[in-house]
Formats: sequence, structure tokens, C-alpha cells
Amino acid sequence: MKRKMVSVLLTAVMAASLLSACGGAGASTESAPAAAPAAEAAPAAEAAPAAEAAPAAEEAGAAAAEEATGGADVSGKTFAIVVKSAGNPYFKKAIEGFTEVIEGNGGTVVVKEPSAATVDAQITEIQSLISQGVASISVAANDENALQATLEEAMAAGIKVNCFDSKVNADSRATFCNQAGTTEVGQALIDAVLDLSGGEGQYAILSATSQATNQNAWIEAMKSIQESDSKYANLELVEVAYGDDEPQKSTDQTQALLSKYPDLKVICAPTTVGIAAAAKVLQDQKSSVKLTGLGLPSEMAEYIGNDDAHSCPYMFLWNPSDLAKLAAYTSIALVKGEITGAVGEKFTAGEMGEYELKDAGDGGSELILGPPFQFNPENIAEWKDVY
Amino acid sequence: MENRSLFKKITGSREALLTFVLLVLGIFITVLNPTFFSPVNIGQIFRNNALTMIMALGMLCVMLTAGIDISITSTLAFAGMSIGMLTKYNIVNNTFLLFLIAMVIGCFCGMLNGLIISKGKVAPIICTMGFMYIWRGMAYVVGNSQFASGEDVREFAEFGKDGTIGPYIILIVCYALFFWMLKWTKFGRKIYAVGSNAEAARISGINVDNTLISVYTMMGTLAGLAGALSVSIYASAQPNMQYGREMDVIAACVIGGVSMSGGRGSVAGTFLGALIISIIAKALPLINVPSIAQNTVKGVIILFVVIFNVITQRMVDRQNLERREM
Repeated sequence: MKRKMVSVLLTAVMAASLLSACGGAGASTESAPAAAPAAEAAPAAEAAPAAEAAPAAEEAGAAAAEEATGGADVSGKTFAIVVKSAGNPYFKKAIEGFTEVIEGNGGTVVVKEPSAATVDAQITEIQSLISQGVASISVAANDENALQATLEEAMAAGIKVNCFDSKVNADSRATFCNQAGTTEVGQALIDAVLDLSGGEGQYAILSATSQATNQNAWIEAMKSIQESDSKYANLELVEVAYGDDEPQKSTDQTQALLSKYPDLKVICAPTTVGIAAAAKVLQDQKSSVKLTGLGLPSEMAEYIGNDDAHSCPYMFLWNPSDLAKLAAYTSIALVKGEITGAVGEKFTAGEMGEYELKDAGDGGSELILGPPFQFNPENIAEWKDVY
Repeated sequence: MENRSLFKKITGSREALLTFVLLVLGIFITVLNPTFFSPVNIGQIFRNNALTMIMALGMLCVMLTAGIDISITSTLAFAGMSIGMLTKYNIVNNTFLLFLIAMVIGCFCGMLNGLIISKGKVAPIICTMGFMYIWRGMAYVVGNSQFASGEDVREFAEFGKDGTIGPYIILIVCYALFFWMLKWTKFGRKIYAVGSNAEAARISGINVDNTLISVYTMMGTLAGLAGALSVSIYASAQPNMQYGREMDVIAACVIGGVSMSGGRGSVAGTFLGALIISIIAKALPLINVPSIAQNTVKGVIILFVVIFNVITQRMVDRQNLERREM
């Protein structure tokens, strides 16, 4: 009996120490971005593709921002950022960018990273932010409609709500910081397919999940652009496959596409996990099928090249750090009352220049960061270390 | 008993029934898509599902002791993420060493499970549920919002690249080892004894606690190995890797005739069960089942196979019983 007690106690201690280790590290990831930008922001700003403004040094940028927004009068206010899930390098960059701008303007940042990319995890996080009484919430939504009740509650409590990366519906937000217009992304992707296929032939799409808001919008845009212009008439979309943003399933789906359609010329994967898995399959099998889509430079550097030894000649993405910076400036402008979220309003987003709120086509307004940026063999080397 | 006909012999074993199911499944899919039965495709089935197949061996042993381990894919992620980071930051680049480190991490995770379950008398599903969260969380902590993929793991991924034989060798060695262990070693028989009747095993002088600890340690080690293999095959280490796939491993065992209440199951059956799960995963996209319906179809097939299996097994048991009475 005594021995049993001892072992139970030991177990409890062990479990507790592990848990505290988790907790400690979790806390440190939240505060890490505060220190990190000093080291990482400099190269990011220098190379930023979408930043219209000259690559300003950090202090200069912050100073300009203060001037533009009329001084650091957001000090003492708390700005929250809610990302899709923890552990994703893309959102880590976003958090860094967001933190840099908010802290440069004297505000405080609260970072919420749900452990799973689900909408209920986000609802819990947002509810805790409401009771905390933050000034604004910027959210990358896991679902377009499911956050409505919670976000309306937040807005009723006086919190300014905007979203970035993935939008929520018009009723649940003041405005949306769009990484690239849906049409622009669709246009870039379908043009890439046209180019890589040599103007005609079969192509397939490897997407994330079948409910993914962004991917579905881009795929729809690709389809409608293809129908609207006769130069795409010889392209045939054979299938939209879903790899659920999971390497194993994406691999299975890519291999299935290859064996089902022997004449396939191009695969377009508008999702970072899918494109990396597909790139590996094609490259390992020395397939003649070419790949394009949206991917993280650091993950795709291995596969980008113009020769037959590489599967992906070029692909697109935007800078998540710049996107979150825009979300941060938008939050500040909303909190200060410079904008309300109505179409046609203008504000200055610090060193990023002036932005105008445009009609998002869903009854709400949006800001567009810029066109998607192309990563190719010439520039991939300098980008792979950035994000 | 000696003049048992060939037909009876075939219908009398669970493995033969599973082989039959497998054949029907294979023919059905090949008719719908002839490319299914090509060497390339068969090779991919084993490569893409090597993880499930390897972990099914550990799960077989755990389930033989009437236990269950739902922390395996978390252990896999923790081990995989750890070595992914080690090679990303060029701390360790030797493939063999990375595999070894992943297995040691897995071994440690499994041993904790075993200690708590045997010495602490905690129900296996509760204990491993706790660790499921802990190791998954640790995978995120270790990763610190970074993935290791593409060129980060270039050298390590050479091992599992399409066209190499490394993963197949690991698979064959694991199966041979476990077949031998469960069938012909004293330790293997002890596992069955503990699962059939723990009290009887204790009285007959078997150290039940040690057997349990060994079984969970083996499971953990295999999960660690699968973690390394996963990073190598997919050239990607992400904290959410193989999330939810522990159910595939359990399903493979259940289809393979491993009893949830312990004491019953074989390596051959587990292999066939894992193969059926793998074929389903591979075939559904090939035979034009719409992507969004694939999980539903998968579930229906699993249930169908298990029910078919149970009914025929019952018939066989009844037949055998009648024979005994005569």
C-alpha cells in the first residue's frame, strides 16, 4: 500500500512538472515576439515585397507611424490578435509583425493561439478577451460564420473587431485586411497554370479541407476567370482533391491524381501544406507534371527550380508579417476613431502608406495588402530564410 | 480432427477470412481502376502506411494485455518534431542517430505510460489520454512555431524518399521480430497470459507489472520509430502530424481480429487488418469517391469488415463446438 502511494505521488509530481514545463514555454512564446522583431524585423522589412514604402529601419518606421497616427495615444490600450492555431510559422511571422507595430505605438499586445485550428477553440479565446476588456481584436477566422455571435458580443462591449488572412462575415467585423484580392489570387494561379501547361491540357487542384473559406474562394475565382476568357478554353480542370492540410493525406491524393490522369500537366495547390507534399511526390517520382500554387518559401525552397530536377517552377504568397502589420494599423485607426469600417474611408497605415476601405463584395469593407508575390528560382534563396 | 477438409481449414481461421476480404476488396478496386494493381501503387501503399503498420504491432501487444494506448500519435509527433528540429538546426545530421534519438524518446514516453498503468493502477485509456495531450503539447513546445520541412530535412529525407527500400526493410524487420517474439518466446507467451487472465498469470509466477511496462515501452519505441519514419517519408515535421491517426492503428488491430478484452490476436491478423486500412485509404481517391464523402465511406467499410468478421467467426466457433461434442 505504501509503495502504491509512493508511485502515485511520483506520478503526480512527474505529470505536474511536465505540465508546468508546458505552461512556462507557452508563456514564453507569447512574450517571445516582443524581443524577436529586433533581430528578425530588419531583414523582413528590407526585403518586404508588398511594402510600398521604402524599407525603413525599425525606429524610422515606428516614428513615421506615430506621426501619421498623431502620436502614441494608444498607450495603455490592449490589442489582441487571434490566429488560426498554434505552432504555425506563417502565423508566428504575423504575430511578430502585429506586435512590432502595436508596441511601436505604445500599445500592449495579447496573443491568442488556439491549440487546434477549430472555431470553438477561437470562440473560447475571444470570450476570454471580452472579459479581459481589450480595445480591439484582430482575428484570422477558422470559420466565416460561426464566430458571429461571439464577435457581435465583443462589438457590443465596445471592442473594435477586424479580421485578417481569413475573413468573418460582414456582420461580425468592422473591416477585413485581405492579403490579396480573391480575383488577383485566382488570376495569378490560373495564369500560372496556363503558362506551365503550355496553353492547353489537363490540370488538377489540390486544396486544404472542403470547407476552407480562402481556398474555396480562390478556386471559384479560378473557375470563373477560366470561363470568362477564351485563352483558357483549352485548359481542363479534371478534379479538385482535398488533402486536409495533412502531409500523409495530401501525398495519397497527389499520387491518386497522377495515376488517375496520366495526361495531367499541372497541379495547382493553393495551400502551404498541400503544395509541399505534392512537390515532394512529384520530385521524388521525377514526374513531368509541374506544380504551382501558394506556399511558404522556407518549405518550398527545396522544390523550386526551372529544370526537370525540380517540381515547382514558381509559386505565390504574400508576406504574413506585412499583413499583420496592416491589421495592427487598422486596429489602431479603429480604436482612435479615424475609421469606422465604412467603404470609402481612408487612413494612413504608418510606413505602409495610405489605404482605402473598398467594397468586399459581401456587404462589408476590406483592405487589400497588394497583389500576390511570385517566388521563383531567382529570388527564393533570399526569401527562404525570412519565412 | 485429422481429416479436417481444406475448406474447413480455410474457413476455420480468421486470417484466411481476412485474406478473402482483402482479395474481394482488391478485385473490386482493380475493376474500377486498373492502375490500382500496379507495382508502383502497391509500393506506395506500404510506404504511405508504414507508420500505421508499424504502430499496429505495438498496439497488438498492448491490446493483448487488455489495454489501449491513445497517446501514440502524440508520442510520434513529439519524437518526430524533436529530431526535425535537431536536423533543421544542424545539431544532429546522422540519419541513424536521428532514428535512434526518436526511438529513445518514444521508449521513454512509453515507459512512463507503462509505469503509471502498472504501478499506479490507472486505467490505460485515462493514463494514455493524459499523455496524448502532454506529448502533443510538447511537440508544439519543441517546435516553437517552426516546421522542419523541405531542405531543413533534406539529408534525412533521403532515407524515406520514393524509390528507396529503407522503409520496407524497417517494416519487414519489425514484423519478423514481433512474429517471432509473440509466437516463440517466453515473453510473448507471457503477454498472452497476462491478457487472458491477469490473476491466473500472477499466481503462476508471471510478473504482471513488468510485462505491462515492457508492452507499453515497446509501443512507445515503435511510435518513436514511426515518428522518425514519418519525417523521413514526408520530408516534413509539424506539431500536428498524424493527428487523430491513432484511431487508424486501433481500427487496423480490431479489423485484424485483436480482441479489445485481451488475450486474443495475432501478428498475421494485425498485418492483414493494417493492410485493409491502408488499401481503403489508398483506393478511395482512386475510384472517384468524392473527397468530401471519403471519411464516411471509410467508416462504413471498417464497420462492414468487422461485422462480417465477427459473424463468420461466430459461425466457425459454433462449427468447432459441434465437432467437439461429436
